[in-house]
Order: sequence, then structure tokens, then C-alpha cells
Amino acid sequence: MTNWTTMNWTLAIPEIVLSCFAMAILVFGALWKRESFRMCSMMAVGALLVTAMLVVSNSSGIGYRGLFTNDSFSGFIKLLVLVSSALGIIVSLDYAEHENLRRFEFPVLIMLCTVGMMIMASASNLMTLYLGLELQSLAIYVLAAFARDQLRSSEAGLKYFVLGALASGLLLYGISLIYGFSGSMAFDRLATALSDPTKASPGLIVGIVFVIAGLAFKISAVPFHMWTPDVYEGAPTPVTSFMGTAPKVAAMALLVRAMATPFGHLLPQWQQLIVLVSIASMLLGSLAAIGQTNIKRLMAYSSIGHMGYTLIGLAAGTAVGIRGVLIYLVTYVFMNAGTFACIIAMRRRGRMLEKVSDLSGLAKTDPGLAAALMIFMFSMAGIPPFTGFWGKYFIFTAAVQSGLWTLAVIGVLTSVIGAYYYLRIIKVMYFDEAHEAFDPRPGSLTFVGGVSAIFTTVFFLFPAPLVGAAEAAARVLFG
Amino acid sequence: MIAALAFYVFAAILIGSAAMVVSARNPVHSVLFLILAFFNAAALFLLAGAEFLAMILVIVYVGAVAVLFLFVVMMLDVDFAALRGGFQRYLPVGLMVGLVLLIELGLVLSGWKFLPEAASIRFAPGVSNVSNTAQLGRLIYTDYVFLFQSAGLVLLVAMIGAIVLTLRDKGDSRRQVIARQIARDPNHTMVMMNLASHVGTKDLGYLRPTETEPEEAGDMPEQDHHEHAAQDVARGGHH
Repeated sequence: MTNWTTMNWTLAIPEIVLSCFAMAILVFGALWKRESFRMCSMMAVGALLVTAMLVVSNSSGIGYRGLFTNDSFSGFIKLLVLVSSALGIIVSLDYAEHENLRRFEFPVLIMLCTVGMMIMASASNLMTLYLGLELQSLAIYVLAAFARDQLRSSEAGLKYFVLGALASGLLLYGISLIYGFSGSMAFDRLATALSDPTKASPGLIVGIVFVIAGLAFKISAVPFHMWTPDVYEGAPTPVTSFMGTAPKVAAMALLVRAMATPFGHLLPQWQQLIVLVSIASMLLGSLAAIGQTNIKRLMAYSSIGHMGYTLIGLAAGTAVGIRGVLIYLVTYVFMNAGTFACIIAMRRRGRMLEKVSDLSGLAKTDPGLAAALMIFMFSMAGIPPFTGFWGKYFIFTAAVQSGLWTLAVIGVLTSVIGAYYYLRIIKVMYFDEAHEAFDPRPGSLTFVGGVSAIFTTVFFLFPAPLVGAAEAAARVLFG
Repeated sequence: MIAALAFYVFAAILIGSAAMVVSARNPVHSVLFLILAFFNAAALFLLAGAEFLAMILVIVYVGAVAVLFLFVVMMLDVDFAALRGGFQRYLPVGLMVGLVLLIELGLVLSGWKFLPEAASIRFAPGVSNVSNTAQLGRLIYTDYVFLFQSAGLVLLVAMIGAIVLTLRDKGDSRRQVIARQIARDPNHTMVMMNLASHVGTKDLGYLRPTETEPEEAGDMPEQDHHEHAAQDVARGGHH
């Protein structure tokens, strides 16, 4: 049981340090008279790395009167979020130069967003959960509209903002119901109060449903996915890349923790819901992507499908399932960051290209880029030995162990359907007529694409550290 | 006895002024009655022992919100007569909806029973000898300091977002340069002359400072525009 009188200030040191860095960079950028985008971005990456080191060295425990908790689960998620935020900033460096978005607020907003995601990872109270989520979402809304002179970007930001506000409303309504029917917002007190599932009132269950709905919006699971293709397409591509990785990880972690810790005893009640959402997301993700010609929209549908697979692990409701979720999230982050690095490299005579057909014959004009994109597409389709296969392997094993056969079978079937459009991109790159070559790509994109491609390829040789860390993190939630 | 009397006086004025808010013909009067209503509500809070809420109500609602309303009402030329135009036409429907709501309210209240346990938790557990300002402060700034600071970060993001998405500096905005204001010489803009009585002088027009002003658009880098929004302050006060 929590010691309710202790503060344990030091537990949140990584968050505090990162927000101080963000504010310092903000002041620096505002006062520095010359071009400061690149320097601020570099400092932001440095700050994220420092924070990552602090996360590693930080101790576990519960602090701030039970509002905040540090354990190996939150540490795992925080490291992943920090890495993907750093990748997001690096990917934006060159894009911002070309598209005239050189503004120092960009890295600052990403950093504050990261603070929000770290708070989400450590939330052990529904109020902390909400504030972390809101900090993260608000920064993303602004980032989505960052190219304010482009109609598409403004539309994406506004659309995301309005729908996100609605989702926040659903979430808050659910939280208020839970609080009203149980009398507490702290996760451990809720868990104690609900240790006898028969005592859970219908109002409380309705509250949980609303919370799931609000969080499903943030991970863009069906039926709360409507915003995803438009926002992905409209937002500046580095923002799309960032949006598709870190916030998804954080929101998924939040969903996992919220379902496992306070409502762990109500597994049968929320399991059906997660199963339904998961099946719908997998189906829509694989079927709707087939007709897409814009690669950003295609990635949006692909991410919906991936979230469907991830939810299988949560539906399993065991430590093995959560381990699968964590491994899947890691593989997903690197595949996605790498793919978007390739998409940002699609630039001909200074103009961004977004069509799948623009890739035709890439293998002849730029074999390196084509090979990297091929690795990511194979991985997303779930073809061994790439990481995507291992992510799916751990997830499906967990589902089978928990007896969720239908879910596993549907998952396998939809990944076969999904393989069609991933393989189509490879076919376009390798077997179609070559176009004019792309502009030479900058080192930052080569770096992100290369790191992601190497991780995606060689992970199967050294899986032990990641699997071990994921296992330790999952044990925290399902002992 | 006096407390009861005070309660009824404040409550009566509150209800009366609230009724005037919606029925006054002049919108400015409405806002003034709203301020009166806020003051009386604050007095009721004081009687109930919630002195912090009372002060907040006065400071936030009267000090900021109501004055803002007043400005909006006085500055925007809203045609309230046109807004009231449909009043007669929609009156029957409105009355019917109100009646249904009233009946429902009556049904709910007549069947309402508090759980015996609920009575004990209806009032927040008070610590004796500690004012509720101190209690709230302890809760917000000590127990929930993490949430308080996170909320601050959310507001910071909102502020950055508003500036990033809307502020544009085309280079022609007038910026306040305090050093230049201070360095001005009265002789540049003021002419002293002796005039004979009953004799006018010809119009000199506006006098501008004569020193050469540095070109502003050139030496201001792009990033500079985020410093502050005080750009419309005219230099020296004349346009």
C-alpha cells in the first residue's frame, strides 16, 4: 500500500529536468537574434539523451502522495518515448530547412510533448493520467498545424484538435463516473476497492467504457480512427512521423496500465471490448489501406492495423501478453521512424512527393533508400527475420496461451491481407520503370533510416536484452 | 439571528439582481446587475464560512470576467432588439419545455432520499483551527503540486501554440523602443512662440521627431518577433 504522506520529489527528476531544458531552450530561441532552429534542435536532442540517462539511473517507487509512480514498466516506456522523440527531431532537421519551418518552437514543443508522455507512463492516478495526456495532445495539435500557411496542415491541426477535445471529454466523463461510483481516483485504491468484481456497479463499468473510448481515440483504434488518415496526410511529414510513434506508445502504455492496475480484477468486463476494438482495427487497417495511393494515408491505415495487433496482447490479460505489447511497440517505433525517414527523403527538384507511384524504379536510382524501405515493408508485413515478425510472434503466442484463438487467427489472416500493400510498394520500387532520381538525401535522414534498418534487421540475433526488459516491465503489472 | 437576517437579505438581493440580469432592457445594466449578483453570492459564501471562495469570486468573476463582459457589451454593437425578435414566436415552446423540466425536477426531488452514509460525507472533513484558505493551499500546492505544475506546463504549451500559429511579423508593425522614447528631445516636437492676443497662428500640423530613424525591417531577424506582443504601442504617442 502506498505511503500517502511521502513526496519523494526525486522520482520525477527526469520530467523536471526535461521541462527545465525545454523552457531554457525556449528562452534561448526567443532571445538569440540569429537563426536558432538547428542549434535548438541539437540542444533538444542532447536534453532528451540526458533525460534518458536520468531515467535509467532513477529509482523506483511511488511519489507525490500517490500521484506518480516509477517502476520498470514506466522506465521502459519512457526510454522508448525519449528515443522516438529524438528520432522525430532529427528527422525534422532537413525538412524544416526546405519547407521554411525553421522555427525553434518545433523542438521545444516536441520536448514538452515528451514530458507529457513521460507523465502518462508514470501516472498512478486518473488526474495525473488526464494531465499527462492533455499536455501531450495539446503539443501535438499545435505541431500538426505547424505549417500554418498550408491549408492542409491547418485543417489537420484543427480537425485533430476538435476531435481530440471530444475524446478528452469522453475520457473526463468516464473518469468522473469512476470517481463517483468508487470514491477514489488513485489506481491502487481503485484496485483494492474492486478486488471483488461482483461489487463493481454498472455505473463504474460505463465509466471504464468511456475511459477506453477516450484512450482508443488517442491510439487511433477503430471505431475512433476517423481522424487518422486526414491528420497524417495533412500534417508536415516529420510531425506525422513523430505522431505515429511516441504518442502511440505512450497512449498504449496508459491504456495497458489503466486496464491492468486499477481494473485488473474486472478483466472479463473490459476484455470483450478490447477484443472487439482489436478485431475491427486489424480488419480496417488491412482492408482500407489497399486502395490508397498516398503513402502517408497508407501509413495511417497501417498504424491503425498495428494498434489492432498490439491490443491483442492487452486482451490476453497476462504478463506474457503485456510483454508482447512492449516488444511490438519497440519494433513498431523503429519500423515507423525508418519508413517516415524514407518518405521524407522522397523529394524531387525540391518538392515533396507523397504518392506510392513516385517510388517506381527507386532500386535503380537509389539502391540504398530502396533497400531500407524494402526492409521496413518486409518487417511491417511480418516476414521473418525482421522485427515485425517477432513482434507479431510474441503477441500471437500470448493470445494462444490465453485461449484467444479467434483473435490470433484473425490477426494472422489480416497480416496476410496487409502483406499485399506492403509488398506492392516493394514491387513498385524494384520492378517498375525508373523515374528521375530523387534529390540527394541529407545525412540526418540516412542516420535515422540506417539506425532503424539495422535494428529491424539484426534484432533477431540479440533479442535477449529487449525481451528481458519487456518481461521485467510486464511483471510489474501482472505479477 | 443576525446571520439569518444577513442570509435572507443577501439571498433576496442575489435573486432579484439575477432576475434583472435577464430582464433588463439595456445590456449594460444587465452586466452591472450581474456584478451585483456576484457580490451577493460572495457574501453568501462568507456566511457559509468559505472565505477563500468568496474572495476568489470577487477577484476573478467581478474583477476580470464581469469587467470583460462589460467591455464586450459596450464595444460590440450587438443589436439586442433583433435578438429578441423571435421571443413572442418561441414563447409557447419555451414555456412548455420549462414546464416539463419543472415537473421532472419535482418528481426527482419528491423521491430523493439520501443514504445514511452520504450524510456523513456531504461535508469535506474540516481540520479545526485551520482556515479553508490554508486547507486549499495545502491541497493544491503541497498534495497536488505535481498536478499543479503539470497544468502550468499545459498552459505554457497553449501559449507557445497560440504564438506559433498566429503571430506574424510582416516588418511593418510599430514596435515600442523605450530607449528611443526616452532619448527624445522636446524641441523636436514642440514649438514655443509668442502670440499677440486676438491673433491666430497658422496650423503647423503634427510635428515629427527629426532625428533619422534606423530602418526597422532590415535589422530585425526573423526570430525576433516572439519577444513580446507589445507591437502596437506607438512611438511617442502620435499617429
